[in-house]
Amino acid sequence: MSKRGVSVERRHYDEMRAADGEVRPHFRALAEWLAATPAKRVAEKRREADLLFHRVGITFAVYGDVQGAERLIPFDTIPRVIPRAEWDELARGLVQRVTALNRFLHDIYHKQEILKAKVIAPEQVTGNAAYVKAMEGLDLPNQVYSHIAGIDLIRHSDGEYYVLEDNLRTPSGVSYMIENRKMMMRLFPELFDRQAVAPVEHYPALLLETLRAAAVPRVRDPVVAVLTPGQHNSAYFEHAFLAQQMGVELVEGADLVVKDNFVYMRTTEGRQRVDVIYRRLDDAFLDPLAFRKDSLLGVPGLFAAYRAGNVSLANAVGTGVADDKSTYPFVPDMIRFYLGEEPLLHNVPTWQLKKPEDLKYVLDKLEQLVVKEVQGSGGYGMLIGPDASKAELKAFRARIKAHPAKYIAQPTLSLSTCPTFVKRGVAPRHVDLRPYVLSGKEVKLVPGGLTRVALKEGSLVVNSSQGGGTKDTWVLE
Amino acid sequence: MLSRVADRIYWMSRQMERAENMARILGVTHNLVLFGTKGTRDPNLLAPLTITDSAERYFERKKPLSLDALIEFMVLDANNPSSIISCLKGARENAHAVRWQITSEMWETLNTTWLEAKAMRRAELAGGGATRFLDWVKDRSHLFRGVTYGTIVRGDAFNFSRLGTFIERADNTARILDVKYHIMLPSVSDVGGALDYYQWAALLRSVSSFETYRALYRDQIFPIKVAQLLILEPRMPRSLAACFDQITQAMERTHGQHDRAARRLAEEIHARLTHADIEEIFQGGLHEYLSSCLEDIAELGRRIQTAYLVSE
Repeated sequence: MSKRGVSVERRHYDEMRAADGEVRPHFRALAEWLAATPAKRVAEKRREADLLFHRVGITFAVYGDVQGAERLIPFDTIPRVIPRAEWDELARGLVQRVTALNRFLHDIYHKQEILKAKVIAPEQVTGNAAYVKAMEGLDLPNQVYSHIAGIDLIRHSDGEYYVLEDNLRTPSGVSYMIENRKMMMRLFPELFDRQAVAPVEHYPALLLETLRAAAVPRVRDPVVAVLTPGQHNSAYFEHAFLAQQMGVELVEGADLVVKDNFVYMRTTEGRQRVDVIYRRLDDAFLDPLAFRKDSLLGVPGLFAAYRAGNVSLANAVGTGVADDKSTYPFVPDMIRFYLGEEPLLHNVPTWQLKKPEDLKYVLDKLEQLVVKEVQGSGGYGMLIGPDASKAELKAFRARIKAHPAKYIAQPTLSLSTCPTFVKRGVAPRHVDLRPYVLSGKEVKLVPGGLTRVALKEGSLVVNSSQGGGTKDTWVLE
Repeated sequence: MLSRVADRIYWMSRQMERAENMARILGVTHNLVLFGTKGTRDPNLLAPLTITDSAERYFERKKPLSLDALIEFMVLDANNPSSIISCLKGARENAHAVRWQITSEMWETLNTTWLEAKAMRRAELAGGGATRFLDWVKDRSHLFRGVTYGTIVRGDAFNFSRLGTFIERADNTARILDVKYHIMLPSVSDVGGALDYYQWAALLRSVSSFETYRALYRDQIFPIKVAQLLILEPRMPRSLAACFDQITQAMERTHGQHDRAARRLAEEIHARLTHADIEEIFQGGLHEYLSSCLEDIAELGRRIQTAYLVSE
């Protein structure tokens, strides 16, 4: 029984140890090293990591922080390890899922076959706030909409991976994946001697290849640029990092100008044309002439240039309809519809509160469930039933009843745990995994991805914007 | 290079140079006031405010003019845009905006300088603390220039950094000379007379030229020669002539579609400095000459802004 008197099973999968307490084979080398290395040395190394991260400026602006100060995203030096075979299976499932999602996006902005086949209700799609009517009929190179996808996975107590959420718009965190690996190799080179860890450093090269593939075919040598909202954006470090690693310009809205439906950068030598923009800006802010009029971050006329086929955007405009929480329950159906295959990766069972029978079920069992707003991000606006007080439950119940269609619910998942450094030594903390899937001429991934860890004991919230941390992720060769 | 990026690099360099110049001016003011006479005290305290056009802002606070209050205002006051802390913060913010277009050593130098300056407290400026801090600021500026010169590839980032550094230095040198000269000269006709040795030595030291003067002129300190050293002597790295050597070199390496007006003015100023005669300058009036220089430098700054950088 938990403190709240609610009976909830809280078993979870331990990434490192099996049920009998034995260390899993892929964690053995690490466990031996942990046992053999004096705590003092490890503590020194952790302090060194902190200093380096700060000096180099790998920080993150946390929204709502009183001073608006920059903080480090805490980095835990115990990696999460995944055996190769397990990763390969996961990768196949991810490729399948992202392929289906891109097919879906192409379909809904063209013939809408999936709606005609009544697999999804039309208003679910065309009535979705993220659906962009102006994208109808626009043909994109390779028919790819989400060139860069971040798929959030958890491992439940049954040992299976489940997809928590798709991120098809501006998924972030990949720079931490790369920097964490660099840091680990610098601090603990001896660990990499003991086992072969699949490299991740080639991500920027893969990303550049993907972005160049997004250019319209007639452009011989596409010029790529990364569009950032600027240095005060919480993910700015990543925008700048990726631009530098790829050897392309990092631009802000004000650096770009549209003339005759072509996009140009303002340089000291004059104007230079851009062919592909990796934009880390939400759709709404992209172009004050097409979307939000008050956006100072975007480029007037950019969308017109896009529709004229004179510039490519990664990710495409209008992908939000496919990663929305209300669309999520239909992804397995998309895989079946477009690929004729059974999904390799599972969705989490999801109740859609706009359905009366689902609403009844959820209101009945509210204290056992997790309820999320369909358009929200970053872990805000969410109810974790078993952790909520009577007052919080009451308040949320009222919100649900007022607007049931705004919510979905899922069972309380148990996230797997991974050993993590805490005040009193090493203890299990809950983790998730975000692999990054790149869709150019082919769909590719780097092994692993970003492992996020909830640093507070028992907490399930891993988002960096709410105090979570990250770990290096090792896929063993 | 993106105009916005060039703009940041240019201004980041100007701000570091400004911080250094501020540290020099304050260092000299500190000595002059502590070891000078009562009569020269107030003009010397006022000089830094006049040089930076911040007298009005200072007196708004209705505080009396004292060495301690002045140092606090020019070193730590975040509301004073010319204070050292404001310059270091500005330099760091500009660098942060273009971290990836400068070397990591350049970024880390500016970032570390800012982090350490930020931790400076009023109490630490007491006693010998102010002098130590000002020396530290100069050291950090030297480090920044050295790190820039030593690490960055010779391209747009380097050129615009040099341009910013030397435009700022030219402007500051002209101002220091103009203001200080008039504190120390009892009357305009007293050219060539023997004056308070320590005052002139202080001026020379503020631009690191005391030893240079002795080495080049091997003579007593005469105002006209001080002016010649600081305006026309190309071998003296802080002179206007030397600054414009660097400015024209930097501009030769940049290529803009609309920069003819900026280039022309830079070359004109450079040519005038190369061929000027100090006696003629004094005949026309040193103050008039320096005022005209300052106007030219400001106009050049505006044309550079329009030609390459961000302009509204």
